[in-house]
Amino acid sequence: MMDWAYLFEISLTGIAGGGLYALAALAFVMVYKATRVVNIAIGELLMVGAYLFFTFAATFALPLWLAIPAAVLGSGLLGAVIERTMIRPLLGEPPISVFMVTVGLASVLVGLVEMIWTADQRRLPEFMPTKPIMVGDAFLAPKVFWGAMIAVAFIAAVLLVFRFWRGGVALRATASDQAAAYSVGINVPRVFSLAWVASAMIAAVSGIIVGSIGGISSSMGVFGLSVLVVVIVGGLDSVLGALLGGLLIGLVEALAGAYLGGEYKLLATFIVLVAVLLVRPYGLFGTHEIERL
Amino acid sequence: MRIGTLKESYVADAALFDSRTQKVWLAVAAALLLLFPFMASDYWLYLACLVSINVASATGLNILTGYTGLVSLGQAAFMGLGAYTVAVLETRVGTPFVLNLLAGGLVAMLGGIVVGIPSLRVKGLYLAIATIAASFIAHFIFANWKFTGGTGGLSVPPAKLFGLPLDTSFRLYWVIVPVTVLMLLGAANLFRTRVGRAFIAIRDRDISAEVLGIPLLRYKLLSFGLSSFYAGVAGGLWAYFFRVVTPESFPLLMSIFFLAAIIVGGMGSILGGILGAVFMTMVPELLKLVVDLLPGGNELTVFLSPVRTVVFGLLIIGFLVFEPQGLAEVWRRIRRFFHLWPFRN
Repeated sequence: MMDWAYLFEISLTGIAGGGLYALAALAFVMVYKATRVVNIAIGELLMVGAYLFFTFAATFALPLWLAIPAAVLGSGLLGAVIERTMIRPLLGEPPISVFMVTVGLASVLVGLVEMIWTADQRRLPEFMPTKPIMVGDAFLAPKVFWGAMIAVAFIAAVLLVFRFWRGGVALRATASDQAAAYSVGINVPRVFSLAWVASAMIAAVSGIIVGSIGGISSSMGVFGLSVLVVVIVGGLDSVLGALLGGLLIGLVEALAGAYLGGEYKLLATFIVLVAVLLVRPYGLFGTHEIERL
Repeated sequence: MRIGTLKESYVADAALFDSRTQKVWLAVAAALLLLFPFMASDYWLYLACLVSINVASATGLNILTGYTGLVSLGQAAFMGLGAYTVAVLETRVGTPFVLNLLAGGLVAMLGGIVVGIPSLRVKGLYLAIATIAASFIAHFIFANWKFTGGTGGLSVPPAKLFGLPLDTSFRLYWVIVPVTVLMLLGAANLFRTRVGRAFIAIRDRDISAEVLGIPLLRYKLLSFGLSSFYAGVAGGLWAYFFRVVTPESFPLLMSIFFLAAIIVGGMGSILGGILGAVFMTMVPELLKLVVDLLPGGNELTVFLSPVRTVVFGLLIIGFLVFEPQGLAEVWRRIRRFFHLWPFRN
């Protein structure tokens, strides 16, 4: 006998969690679209953002409205440094080399976090309302609900900014045709920097939300693996794909966790990944550019 | 100045070791390997065995990634397959250990071929990510299947050779190092054959390779199979060396370690695989030495593990940015200097 109310509740939690994946996936897609770099360190960027927030809010005891922007700006700065020192020198190298650089970057970030903040799990200061949320009869953990709400609002804001802001237009132009963007006078290297800065900032916001739901630790980067699955399922260069993929993976994870057990969560997402790679390697909405050989 | 290296036949041109100097140095290296266990302390013997296992596995990955151009982040999972096969055979069946090692290699090879099937449709990064997925699925199976001992894993009794238990690093050295040398020779010779040449052709341009009459799928799967055979045998040696196999023994980080080793060493070069694996295995030990020498060493040991992680990442980045050909290229440069001496360039 299926328990429909339970299923509904689990699905809601899953979709809300998917909102967070969608946000992190947006950060990933931004860099991929503009620079064609697969950034496997996305989970680690999330982690650094969350730790910066932790430092500003808990260690320096800054008020919330100051701590969040400070953490986001700090992450943006980190994004710029990463782009300048590691990604720019490899322009024109094979994509695998750049991919490996981000693997190295992930390792460096984890090590730095463990050095500065130790490997212990920490809790971020509470800033979300704690009143339980009821949708019909279904209960939704308040942190998850508000986290998803902030994520959705932020995604909308980012999409609007990149639709109408000059820099956003430049970024989309570069993404669709680099040479053409150059010839109309867009400073493409600057756009690359911009993409990294924006991506690191989005990742920081996402990290703050994820951290305030589940706590922060130096192994938070595992979240990035699920994000990787999300963007592959959605199609690496598709914003819409990242958003829908996020919801889908969130749902799959929640269902697998509820009906099969917690250890099946990651397994379920990776099975979805393998299935997508075998059937539709460019993802749900990605550009069909995979050579078949 | 190096003189008298004129080659008069194709056989001479394709020879594995071409000059007298090279042969002399190889003989010296072999003699050192033979003498090493009698001079070194237990700690160094332990390291030598570990390095040797890593060299074997890194060489396997080099066949796949360095020579065939297929990036894999599943090398540790294949090692796990080999190690578990050995552990299960040793504890439940009791077959002789040489047979177990081979079986470990073969099982890993089968696993590799299955994982390689997506390479029919995807390549590059997609393939790398597919191998990550495969290694997670393997981890899940190891951790949840009763047969493999669940999360507790399996403990392995020492290997027996002619009734002698191989329970110390000194004794294992005589098994691990020869096996590794054998596998290295095999890999070096592979690239003088049709199969190896086909791998290189695929790496350089897969479409041209297909046009030249190389069946891509078959050779890509073969490359996957060979590479995971190496990983499986290395994993089997690993199981005998550490004598306990758990699902956590072969994390994703270990796969990244091997990829880092061949990047640092030099992709597509047997020497590169050796140098990279030796270097990457020794770096943590060197760090430990440095920390011990520093004043106030005891407080610093807390930082050892994170510093290791940072150095590890920085090495990957640094080599990719500044020395993409790896240590093998550095070595070639040093050699060239002596070949040309007393002239420059």
